[in-house]
Amino acid sequence: MLNHLYSRYSLATRGSGRGWLLAGFTVATFVGFLSLAPVARAQDSTIRAIQNIFDPLSAPAETLYNVSLLVMAVCGVIFLIVGGLLTYAIIRYRHRGPEDDQEEPPQVYGSAAIELAWTVPPILIVVMLVLVTARTIGEIQHHQMPAAAEEIRIIGHRFWWEVRYPKHDVVTANEIHVPLSSRTNRVPTEMILESADVIHGFWVPQLNGKTMLVPNYRNTMWIEPYATGIYLGNCTVLCGPQHANMLIRVIVDKPDVYQKWLESQKQPPVSDPQTVEGQKQFIANSCGTCHTIDGVRGANGVFAPDLTHFASRTTLGSGVAPNDEQNLRIWVQDPQRLKQGCLMPDMQLSDNQVDAIVAYLRTLK
Amino acid sequence: MADPTSTLREIGTELKPAPPGHEHGSLTAWIQDLVFTVDHKKLGFLYIGAAWLFFVLGGIMALLIRTQIAVPNNHLLDGETFNGTITMHGTTMIFFFAMMMVFGLINFIVPLQIGARDMAFPRLNAFSFWATFFGGVFLFLSYIFGPGLYGMGAAPDASWFALAPLTSRAFSPGNNIDFWSLGLLVSGVGSITGGVNVMVTIFCYRTKGMTLYRMPLFTWLSLVTMFLIIMFMPPLSAAQIMLVLERFFGAKFFEAQAGGSPVLWQHFFWIFGHPEVYILVLPAFGVISEVVPVFSRKPIFGYPMMVAATVMIGFISAGVWAHHMFTIGMDSFSVTFFAFATFVIAIPTGIKIFNWLGTMYGGKIRLEVPMLFCIAFLFQFLIAGLTGIMLGCAPFDWQLNDSYFVIAHFHYVIVGGIVFAVFSGFYYWFPKATGRMLDKRLGTWHFWVFTLGFHLTFDPQHFLGFLGMPRRIYTYQEGRGWEFLNMLSTIGAFLQAVGAILFIVNMISSARKGKIAGDDPWDAWTLEWMTSSPPPEYNFEQLPEVRSRRPLWDLKHPEDPDWKFE
Repeated sequence: MLNHLYSRYSLATRGSGRGWLLAGFTVATFVGFLSLAPVARAQDSTIRAIQNIFDPLSAPAETLYNVSLLVMAVCGVIFLIVGGLLTYAIIRYRHRGPEDDQEEPPQVYGSAAIELAWTVPPILIVVMLVLVTARTIGEIQHHQMPAAAEEIRIIGHRFWWEVRYPKHDVVTANEIHVPLSSRTNRVPTEMILESADVIHGFWVPQLNGKTMLVPNYRNTMWIEPYATGIYLGNCTVLCGPQHANMLIRVIVDKPDVYQKWLESQKQPPVSDPQTVEGQKQFIANSCGTCHTIDGVRGANGVFAPDLTHFASRTTLGSGVAPNDEQNLRIWVQDPQRLKQGCLMPDMQLSDNQVDAIVAYLRTLK
Repeated sequence: MADPTSTLREIGTELKPAPPGHEHGSLTAWIQDLVFTVDHKKLGFLYIGAAWLFFVLGGIMALLIRTQIAVPNNHLLDGETFNGTITMHGTTMIFFFAMMMVFGLINFIVPLQIGARDMAFPRLNAFSFWATFFGGVFLFLSYIFGPGLYGMGAAPDASWFALAPLTSRAFSPGNNIDFWSLGLLVSGVGSITGGVNVMVTIFCYRTKGMTLYRMPLFTWLSLVTMFLIIMFMPPLSAAQIMLVLERFFGAKFFEAQAGGSPVLWQHFFWIFGHPEVYILVLPAFGVISEVVPVFSRKPIFGYPMMVAATVMIGFISAGVWAHHMFTIGMDSFSVTFFAFATFVIAIPTGIKIFNWLGTMYGGKIRLEVPMLFCIAFLFQFLIAGLTGIMLGCAPFDWQLNDSYFVIAHFHYVIVGGIVFAVFSGFYYWFPKATGRMLDKRLGTWHFWVFTLGFHLTFDPQHFLGFLGMPRRIYTYQEGRGWEFLNMLSTIGAFLQAVGAILFIVNMISSARKGKIAGDDPWDAWTLEWMTSSPPPEYNFEQLPEVRSRRPLWDLKHPEDPDWKFE
């Protein structure tokens, strides 16, 4: 009975949200066919900045959305009933002037029948909520990952995210590319969440609820996005002075775009002869102690983001600023100006050194 | 041999802190009186005065926080200062405003309500106050001494629940965290001794005829509160001791790098932290349970159920702590269990709201200022309870946890619930404590301005949570849909500040030249209204004898006394 009630509810919501989505997909597919583009379509650069939890775009987020609608409906009805009764009692039984002072109202001490009447319905509501909750918890936490699932390790560091693709031997930071899934061809992404220092929290509301990244623990969560675009999110657990700028960008790509991205990330970094000086300065000023650039001697640190394909990322400092030349100059010169309290120090570089390093970093596509 | 309790009673009442050579009324005599007093009423004043002091400090921090995040990319505070400010705001408001206010009210009211001459252990009572107060002062000393040798941030900045391992030496090298943990440890000792004291007072010092079953509800709820304090402050103190051992002596309880577990800290903290909510809210319920009947002119509806529901809340509150940790990666069985326990606590809470409703129903509700605050309390606490159910539903919580929705929820509990109840209690008992009424016109202004400010501040925060704004961020970028709601919230915060100022003005002016109250201005029924306002040092000239829950009703209506029906 309860399951029935619940599933009927979720069907009803599916009608509104998913209908539009489906229509959107149909149109998009149609337009896609019309264009007959011979090359893989480019990455969708729609920025999904407004992360409304009631506008879910991923399988688990949708499940949470459905149960939250039920809970809110129950709470709303309770509020209307109890609030209504309170309002009625206050208006109906308010003191209306001096004549009311003549005598006290009838002194009623209680009533077992009435007490029972308002104790039993809450108990029944609690039973229903517990069953629905338990069912949803199981649905999310015991979800079986298909073999096609993508797997990503996300390691929280103070104020940035290390992102690893163990199946593809790709390492990047802060900008997490994941494949698009669809209701017919399910490609969920499993995220293994770990921390290198303190507790962090991973939250992109339209994709899934949040999960903490706890040092010495290995948490998992999964997402299954139904729409491409760039999803913004935040670290949710206070981790230090720059907790606020520990931003998340999840980039959902169509499968072919995603594959292309993976291929590009597997390439060795570009070695442009014009930027040899920058590479030299990078090593000489001990940037490589913390940062890794694949295949460059002396650049194999693990304390800071991997820079092998730094220039392919759209932001720097974990989303604090767009990755353009001007911001990069400021960042290399003194990161504290953009992100006060981050762990990268001002290395006291001269202008020439900064120029060289910036030029070098900008070639690392 | 004399009866030991009577000896104690004599020590409690006959200690008159007026050393020879001091003229009555001089400033030094006044200060000396306050410092050396063991009188429960004066200690109540001290508790309440200190609580308002910390309320103002915490409120200034709240305004700083709200100003910082009113607009995106604000540079008023940097990340470190902001973290310090939120930590101090939370710690101050919970431990040094709310806790001290609860103890202050209980200290003043409970002995009067049970017809006792003082607390069971008056000296211990003074010790409790001074320990708690010292803890608060010590915490604030971190602004001066916190930087230690390392020049790190001045205030403790690991949030009010001091998330390990952020508190370890590696991440907080200064001394600020030590000020936090030692300050709370000391104030915790004060709370525990205070809890023992009130409990013994209630059990052993009730006047003749006052059985447990005839105790006023405020006293009943205080009793359950004291049980909770004695049960659940020690886990916090234990955790503080572990933290001190870790920071000074190299113990490794919470440090992940050395094999400790940060999750362990959260368990310790929340085993204390959740019952703490009830430690604060049960006395608030107590105030409401006194004010609603008196201003509806009816006895409380379903007294036995009210008591049973309170005891039930006390018990269940011990088993819900991990709902603060739904996102930490628990197995599905634990998540389900704690979601279940959390839902269950809604049942006794619901019973309470229904009983208040039942009390008002059929009464003649006098809309005096205490009752205005009560009514606002009822609506706000209803909403707080319902958003609590939303948060208790673990899957929904995975979205809402650590977001602004949580901020909105618990401020609805603590401001919309506890602070409103405190205001209500203030307008109700101020005449008893000072002999003068609080001004009704200013009080009504205070009510409307504060209520409007409250809703303007915290209603939008629910929606900020829905829109993905996490708590404790000192800045945010434009375009996330948070700008307008944050601005509203900040305006509301300042409106609340105006309301609070009106209240302070009202208190000061009414204490000096308010209307003379008389013994029983509200036509109330519990024993505190039987003695003079303010009560004499010995409380009652003759200890009263009671035969029902409303002894003053029996006196005023000899033809229709309560004891015939109970």
